Amino acid sequence: MRKDFRMSAVDLALLAVAALLALGAYAIPFGRQTAARPLIYGASAMLCTVLLLLGVAVLAGQAGVSARVLPIGLPWLGSHWGLDPLSAFFLVVVGMGGAAASLFAIGYGRHEGEPMRVLPFYPAFLGAMTLVVLAQDAFSFLVAWEVMSLLSWALVMAHHRTEGTAQAGYVYLLMAGFGTMALLLAFGLLAGPAGDYGFAAMRAAPRSTTLAAVILGLMMVGAGSKAGLAPLHVWLPLAHPAAPSHVSALMSGVMTKVALYGLIRVVFDLAGPLEWWASPAVIVMGAATAVLGILSALMATDLKRALAYSTIENVGVIVLALGLALAFRANGMTAPAALAFSAALFHIFNHAAFKSLLFMGAGNVLVATGQRNLDALGGLIHRMPVTAALMLVGAVAISALPPLNGFASEWLLFQSVLLSPDLPQAGLQIIVPAAGGMLALAAALAAAAFVRIYGVGFLGRPRTDAARSAVEADRFSLAAMGVLGLICVLAGIFPGVVLDLLAPATEAMVAARLPLQAEQAWQTLVPIAEARSTYSGLLVFAFITITSSGSAWLVHRFASRRLSRGPAWDCGFPSNLANSQYGAGSFAQPLRRVLGSILLGAREEVTMPPPGSTAPSRMIVRLRDWAWEGIYQPLAAAINTVATQANRLQFLTIRRYLSLVVGSLVSLLLVLTIWN
Amino acid sequence: MDRIAFDIAHLLAGGLVLVSFMMIYQERLTALLNVFAMHAVVLALSVSWQAHIQHAPHLYVTAAIALVFKAMIIPGALHRIIRRMGIHREVETVVGVGLTMLAGMGLVAMSIVLMLRLTEAADTFAREDLAFALSVVLLGLLMMVTRRNAVSQVVGFMSLENGLILAATGAKGMPLVVEISVAFSVLIAFIVIGVFLFRIRERFDTIDLGALEEYRGENQ
Repeated sequence: MRKDFRMSAVDLALLAVAALLALGAYAIPFGRQTAARPLIYGASAMLCTVLLLLGVAVLAGQAGVSARVLPIGLPWLGSHWGLDPLSAFFLVVVGMGGAAASLFAIGYGRHEGEPMRVLPFYPAFLGAMTLVVLAQDAFSFLVAWEVMSLLSWALVMAHHRTEGTAQAGYVYLLMAGFGTMALLLAFGLLAGPAGDYGFAAMRAAPRSTTLAAVILGLMMVGAGSKAGLAPLHVWLPLAHPAAPSHVSALMSGVMTKVALYGLIRVVFDLAGPLEWWASPAVIVMGAATAVLGILSALMATDLKRALAYSTIENVGVIVLALGLALAFRANGMTAPAALAFSAALFHIFNHAAFKSLLFMGAGNVLVATGQRNLDALGGLIHRMPVTAALMLVGAVAISALPPLNGFASEWLLFQSVLLSPDLPQAGLQIIVPAAGGMLALAAALAAAAFVRIYGVGFLGRPRTDAARSAVEADRFSLAAMGVLGLICVLAGIFPGVVLDLLAPATEAMVAARLPLQAEQAWQTLVPIAEARSTYSGLLVFAFITITSSGSAWLVHRFASRRLSRGPAWDCGFPSNLANSQYGAGSFAQPLRRVLGSILLGAREEVTMPPPGSTAPSRMIVRLRDWAWEGIYQPLAAAINTVATQANRLQFLTIRRYLSLVVGSLVSLLLVLTIWN
Repeated sequence: MDRIAFDIAHLLAGGLVLVSFMMIYQERLTALLNVFAMHAVVLALSVSWQAHIQHAPHLYVTAAIALVFKAMIIPGALHRIIRRMGIHREVETVVGVGLTMLAGMGLVAMSIVLMLRLTEAADTFAREDLAFALSVVLLGLLMMVTRRNAVSQVVGFMSLENGLILAATGAKGMPLVVEISVAFSVLIAFIVIGVFLFRIRERFDTIDLGALEEYRGENQ
């Protein structure tokens, strides 16, 4: 009897989660010891690697779809866990991000001032994210989701004495609670009057397309607020930068993806078919989020905040792709739907890799200089060459430049945008190309944003003593970044491998998959047909390598045999002041004037001292957040008013309270009497 | 036999409602406590009649508990308390008696209409009993609302609890354990409230709840 019992993949994953939670518990009594930190982070890295391998095994068909019911949770329901291709794909994302962040933290965590504020929560946070992905009933899902939110809140509050962190945590907590409420309503609608909270029952239950659209809307609010979809993104640029950098990497790289998992699971898997009119809202929200996010990233002078805004942009891109997939699926066009959906999943994977990498680089910069302000950095490429090189890989990848992975996924997305003329509805035929235009704008702005971040932060001359005295990070941090950089390069050169791996997940969600890419020569991507469009990362890589090394050789052979160093920016501007370089603000100025004046309400104020005065002249830039002023502040004021009115109930006399109780009881009875 | 059994049960339960009305218009505390003792006696009679016709001997225990605790010990103790506090001659009402009586009649009418409609499928005994029990509960609540003296609020609460017992015994098969635990909880509530009465009195020299309200910086 016993010999039939084999550990399935989901059992292993649950064991790994249990181990992660146990690590968190272990950190409570023992976290203060110096030996505990590498132990905890090292064990987290290993457990995350196990999760990653499990996910890959399921995707590659080496381990079947598995499920497990545990007798915890609601008494008559238990808790259902499972590992199907979609869960497996997100398990890969969580495992990859978690393993890299943990490896990074073995070195980075040494600089943590109050490790007890991070160590107990960190492994448990990883475990909770895994549980969200594994959950197969609404109750387990919501519990895991809330635990994930609360633990990440605790991690955001790790540096609670830093200015602004407390407010960031507060806003985050409010938004998380609001989002979960929307999720709760969505699952309530999914369960319907039968009230079965298992995912299998929800999937099987018939429901009207209108109801499915309402569920989609609730999920866009609930999961979208966690992922950072505009206008629910306000907490994200506050909270993500406030956390320690390895946690920022997890929150931006992985937790937003877990939120998107919730969206995909419910909308594509559980809610059932949707009409085409449900998709334009998703597409428009995605496109608006992308443009708004990257424009804000261009304006931010705080390195980590700029990265957080860029996360918003990427979430917008992914949601746009999901909206396209919805539009194609509603029209029965399964092949284009599979293309858009694959692009979304591929971009999810890519963004998890390069955004984690970039946040780790920002963490290294923060440790080396103590500065997050771009205008206080500069010239780091000489002092932190490895970090700078790896940051360059991340920046090139996120700017969607070939041959790295960001280009491959965005190229796929553009391919699916180009299929929009085949859509039967005129509305979609207009909206989708317009969204494609926004996407192109966002991609270009992203490149500008990362040129700005990299150019101001790493090139030029150091602007402060802190930047001048920076030293390279430790080898664990660099190893973690190196692994992620390698993933970015490999996924860019061999995109077909990744696409073939995530094909089972696509097939499960949109009932079609991309053609098998492994059969193509030269690692060429063929999304639809060879005659239409193809892209080979390998050939582009080979071409770039050959031409660049060839031209470098030519230049050095015939033009300059020696390296000669001259003064920087010596083109008629021989100033020695480091502050006279292009700064973060000056680089952004043209775009701020063109786009920012409306979208971000950017205003410049110039104060010139009168002639003869020795006072400095100043230029102050003010940005406005329309979402904050137009939605959140009126909402907060309204809630405040209602609460003040309701507060009177706190100060009634005892007899009035009794009268209230009796009055409500009697009126309920009266209603019952009359109604019967 | 059945007819008579029903009539007597009806009479006793109706008597309980009647005594509840009597409580509402008692303005003096001593008289109120006496009527409350009578309330408990009628309850004990009603419960023991139920025990007889249902052939449920454990209900005799319930009746005995009602008789001993509610008709003797608690009213006796409350008598002692108000004597020690010197308030046994006090007169107090908030709302006029006539108005309260009218409201009480409305509540009784409502509960009878409601219960008779809701429980059409149920046993006749249970139906009548439930209707009267709900009336007693509502009248107890009404008393708590219209009085401002802490002692009469306690009495209102206890009479409310009597209504609950009436409902429970009318519906067949309430386990003794439930009854005993309810009785003990009432006893404990009584002790706690008694202690509180003295504490309130120590602090404010009165057990008029209005004093508490003034203490919180509010007027009526």
